[in-house]
Amino acid sequence: MLTLETIFGERIGSVFRGWTDKIHEINKKYEKPRITMSRGVKIALMFIRVYLILLVLILGYKFWTMVK
Amino acid sequence: MDFGSTFFYKYRRFIKTLKIYLLLAGPGLIVMLADNDAGGITTYAVTGSKYGYGLIWFLLLLLPVAYVVQEMTVRLGAVTKRGHAEAIFDAFGSFWGWFSFIDLALVNWLTLVTEFIGMTAALAIFHVPPIVTVIIVSIVMMLMVLQGKYWTWEKIAILFAALNIIYIPAAFLVHPSVSEVLSVGLIPHFPGGFNGTLFFFLMANIGTTIAPWMIFFQQSAVVDKGMKEKDIPWGQMDTLIGSAFTVLVAIFIVVVTGTVLYGVEVESAAQAASMMMTTSPWLGTCIAIGLFNAGFLGAICISLASSWAFGEVFGWAHSLNLKVRQAPWFYACYLFALITAGGVVLLPNAPLVLITLFVQVIAVTLLPAALVFLILLLNNEEIMGKYRNTTLQNIAGTVIVVAIIVLSTLYALTTLFPEWLM
Repeated sequence: MLTLETIFGERIGSVFRGWTDKIHEINKKYEKPRITMSRGVKIALMFIRVYLILLVLILGYKFWTMVK
Repeated sequence: MDFGSTFFYKYRRFIKTLKIYLLLAGPGLIVMLADNDAGGITTYAVTGSKYGYGLIWFLLLLLPVAYVVQEMTVRLGAVTKRGHAEAIFDAFGSFWGWFSFIDLALVNWLTLVTEFIGMTAALAIFHVPPIVTVIIVSIVMMLMVLQGKYWTWEKIAILFAALNIIYIPAAFLVHPSVSEVLSVGLIPHFPGGFNGTLFFFLMANIGTTIAPWMIFFQQSAVVDKGMKEKDIPWGQMDTLIGSAFTVLVAIFIVVVTGTVLYGVEVESAAQAASMMMTTSPWLGTCIAIGLFNAGFLGAICISLASSWAFGEVFGWAHSLNLKVRQAPWFYACYLFALITAGGVVLLPNAPLVLITLFVQVIAVTLLPAALVFLILLLNNEEIMGKYRNTTLQNIAGTVIVVAIIVLSTLYALTTLFPEWLM
């Protein structure tokens, strides 16, 4: 079975394992949000998020063309 | 009561109020003055040289904008006793939490790079090599946090923040025409008309006045300082005074470069300082010292905002009141941010000025996402109780979010279609 330890070796793999375990722990801790959002709000939030990332990518493109 | 008694009573009351304020002041004042960081000084300097006094009215509009946003973090921190990263994870769950956290980590690091760019450029005017600046600054910044008390750190930071005011006497040194500043600066207009360059400058100016790191920093600082619900009015006053100072300093920088360098092609504050050094060494020195100080202040706040956020999310001990052995990851995070950001500045041929301006614009582009969560949190009765947002505060917050999204979109459109609006 492919594990982090087999990919990166025992030492580095165990460090990565520690990080992924921590992230799983955080995800579990905050599994149930205190504020329940309606489907519409979630979609609107996701739309804003994706849209803003798109704008940042355009900025990145502009930066790249200026540097070149 | 006779006049003497009334005067004495009012004087005593004023002194008492001032003492309480000085005790509770800090997060708002520091975050606002640190907001005029190296990137900010560069943006204002370039704005002044390009548009003269033409955008001063826009900077004045940013005073209520900065106050509205930052005031919300005071209430949220004092009521929840949680930093912003933790508050988002707790309220919206890990999915949205990670989004906000990654945004913050990325933008903070990029902004930290711009602080080092400003500091190295400022000291380069005095012939200090960049590598020496990076090493000395990193050591001083580590010593500042290692003394083990939030209170001491805060007072040192306020001292550096006070140095930010150096731009006010600098503006008097250039003898600007007050009538011209008032007549050109206070009447809203768009110098040069609507075009991509103007959108870029408007966004960069918003980006220097409100930024995602400020939201995270002030809320965490309010928590680390131990402010309670009853301290909220003091926190609000602190934020208001800070907002007024930040805009005032910004205007004075624009006045300096708008008077001396209007129409001259200026790329950065460091270049502006070098140019001024030839005609007025005092003025050039003031601008250079101010730029270094701004970068330093920005760097200590931003790296701290990141460390607090990492500590909150990963559950590490995260307070300036703790020693290194009690909060090793908190301080390691702080050091890591300093070393990596400082390292970028030392890369040969890196387009440092361009990086500085683009980071401001990227920060403001990502800002609405952070603001939406802030507004949602402040509207939750279960979390905020009687401290939740009023209708007026919601309208103000929503207008800010919509305005930023519209401006970002217009700028993106002019980037994709350069012939549009030119």
